Amino acid sequence: MSASLEKGVAVLKEMIDAPIASYFNSCVHCGLCAEACLFYTETGDPKYTPIHKLEPLRRIYEQEYTLLGKLAKMVGLSKPVTDNELEEWKELVYNSCTLCARCSLVCPVGNDIVYMVRKFREGMAVSGHAPEGLIGATTRAIEIGSPMGVKLPAVQAQMKHVHKDVGIEIPMDQEGAEYMVLLSSMEIMNFPEYLGAIAKIMKQAGKTWTLCSTAFEATNSGIQIGSSDLAKVIVNRIVEGAERLKVKTVISPECGHAYTALRWDGANLVGRPFSFKVLHILEVLDEFRAQGLLKTEGFEMDRMTFHDPCQLVRRGGVVQQPRNLMNMVAKDFVEMEDAGKYNWCCGGGGGVSANEDAEELRLQVFKIKKGQLEKTGAKTMVTACANCRIILEEGLEHYQMDIPVVGLTEMIAEHLAESKS
Amino acid sequence: MNEMELLNWVRGPGLNIAVAVFLLGTIWRLFEIYSLGRKQDLSAPRNAAGASGWHTVVRRSMPPPGMLKRSPVSYISGYAFHIGLAIVVFLFAPHIVLIENLIGLSWPALPSQVVDLAAVVTMAAMVLVLVDRINKPVKQFLSTFEDYFTWAVTFLPVLTGYLAVQHLLLPYTTMLALHILSVEILLVVLPFTKLFHVFTLFASRWYNGNANAHKGVPV
Repeated sequence: MSASLEKGVAVLKEMIDAPIASYFNSCVHCGLCAEACLFYTETGDPKYTPIHKLEPLRRIYEQEYTLLGKLAKMVGLSKPVTDNELEEWKELVYNSCTLCARCSLVCPVGNDIVYMVRKFREGMAVSGHAPEGLIGATTRAIEIGSPMGVKLPAVQAQMKHVHKDVGIEIPMDQEGAEYMVLLSSMEIMNFPEYLGAIAKIMKQAGKTWTLCSTAFEATNSGIQIGSSDLAKVIVNRIVEGAERLKVKTVISPECGHAYTALRWDGANLVGRPFSFKVLHILEVLDEFRAQGLLKTEGFEMDRMTFHDPCQLVRRGGVVQQPRNLMNMVAKDFVEMEDAGKYNWCCGGGGGVSANEDAEELRLQVFKIKKGQLEKTGAKTMVTACANCRIILEEGLEHYQMDIPVVGLTEMIAEHLAESKS
Repeated sequence: MNEMELLNWVRGPGLNIAVAVFLLGTIWRLFEIYSLGRKQDLSAPRNAAGASGWHTVVRRSMPPPGMLKRSPVSYISGYAFHIGLAIVVFLFAPHIVLIENLIGLSWPALPSQVVDLAAVVTMAAMVLVLVDRINKPVKQFLSTFEDYFTWAVTFLPVLTGYLAVQHLLLPYTTMLALHILSVEILLVVLPFTKLFHVFTLFASRWYNGNANAHKGVPV
C-alpha cells in the first residue's frame, strides 16, 4: 500500500460516522438514485448510478467497522481498496457528480448519498486521485487567493471601473459597515456587472457595506476537491476579514458552492459558530423587498425562466426568494418542470466546471436542461450563480440555442426606481 | 430424521437458536452502526415548515414527483410486497396465536381468504421485482449474490407458508416444518444482510431529514 493510499484510507476511516454507516446498511440496491441523476438519465450508463460511485468507501466501511467485514477481510473474501481502483473511481466521484444532491432527495430508504460523496472526496484528494483541474484551482486559491488567479489589483481596477460606470464609489475595508460583500472570481473576471448592481442596490436601500481587501473571494474549491484543511484556510480569510471589519452580515455572491462553503460548512470548518450572519445576495434582496427598501420600475416583457442553483435551493433552502424577486421585474415568468428543490443541475457544479476531463460528459448531460428550457419557451434564462451561468451559456452555445443567461441581481439593479435613489 | 422430528426441532431448539441470533445480532448491529456517532453542526440553523427528521421518515414512503413514472415496478411492486408481507406476517390468525404464546400480546386477525390473497399478491410482486432486477440495466449492474440470496430467503417463507395452508406439494407436517425452518433462516440472515434495512431505514431517513432541515430544506 502506497503512503498516499494509506493516508487516504485513514482519512476515509475518520470520515465514516453513524449516518454513513446507517446509509450503507439501508441500501437495498433498488437503483432509484440513478433515475434522479442527470449523468445516468442522459447517458443510460449504469456506472453513473450514484450509490455505485461510493463502492470503495462502502468496502472500507464494511472492512473497518463491521464484525463480518473484518472477518471477510481477514480470510481474503473482501478485497482491500487499491490505488488502481481509486484512480478508476476518479471519473465517477469527480467528473460525473456535481454534488447536486438530487439523489439524496429521492432515495426511498433516505440515504443522503451526496453527503457521502463529499466525504469520499476527502479520501480521494489525500490519496492523490483528484483531477488536475481542481488541484490547480485549489492551489491558486491557497497561494494567490482565488481559484482563477485573481489578485487584489484586479478587484481594485474593477472598483474604479464601476465607480466611473455607475457613479458610486465602491467602499473597501470600511470598519463597522453593516454588510461585507464577497465576490466570486467569475464575477470579477466575467460578470463585472454584479459589483455595480450591488452598489446601486445598497445606495437605494440606504445600507452601509464594504469589500474586504483580505477576503474578497468567496469561492472555495477546497469544498469541491474535498479537502477540509484547504477549505478551512479559505473560509478563515473571510472569518478574519469579517471580524476585523466588525460587520453584521457577510453576503455570499451569486455562486452556489461559495454559499454552501460559507453558510453551512464554514462554522464546522473553523470549529466554532460565526459571530456574523451569512446571507446569499438573494436573501438580502428579498429582505430589502419585504422591508420596502427595494423599489423597482418597469418590467421585462420577454418570457423568462429561473434556473435554481442546486447549492442554493436543494442544499441551501433559498427557494421562495428568487421567485419573489423575479415577479418584481418579469411580466412573463414561467417555471421549468421540477423547479425548486427538485431542479436539475446545470451539469457543472461541484468542481465539474473546473475539470477539463469532464467537459464532454458535461455537455452531453446538458441535454436535460436544454429539454426543460425548450418546454418553457422562455427567451431568457435567469439564474443566481455565476458558475451555473457560465455552464448554461456554454451548454446553450453548444446546442446552438440563442438564449441569453442573466444574473438575477443585475436584472433587479437594471430596474431600480431612479426617483428613490 | 422424519418429518415429525424435524417439526419438533424447528419448533424447539431451532426456533430458540434463530430468535437468539436474530435478537443478539440486531442489538450488536445497531450498536456497531449507531455508536459511531456524528459531529454537531455548528452552522446557524434555518427553520422551514415541514422540514425535520420525522417529516422525512414519513415523507420518504411516498414517491417523489416524477419518480413513479421512471420506475413503476420499483414503487408499485415494492408497495405491494412490503404491505403484503406485513399482512401475511402480522394478520394471519395462527401467527397471532404464536406471538401471543411468545410475548402475550394479541390483536384481531384478517379472514384467512384475505391473507391467502395477500400471500399470492406478495409472491407475484416479489417475482416482478426479481424480473425487474434482472432486466433493468441499473439494477442488474448493482446486484450481487446478496441481492438474490436475500430475495430467496424472503420469498421462501411466503411460498412454504402458502403451500402448507393450501395443503399443496408436500404433506402438511413436512411443509409446515419447512415453513418454520425458512422463517428461522430469514431471522438468522436478517441482521447481517441488506435485510437489516428494516431497522436502519428509519434512522437513515431521520439523519437525512434532520441534516437538511438544518438548512431549511424539507426533504
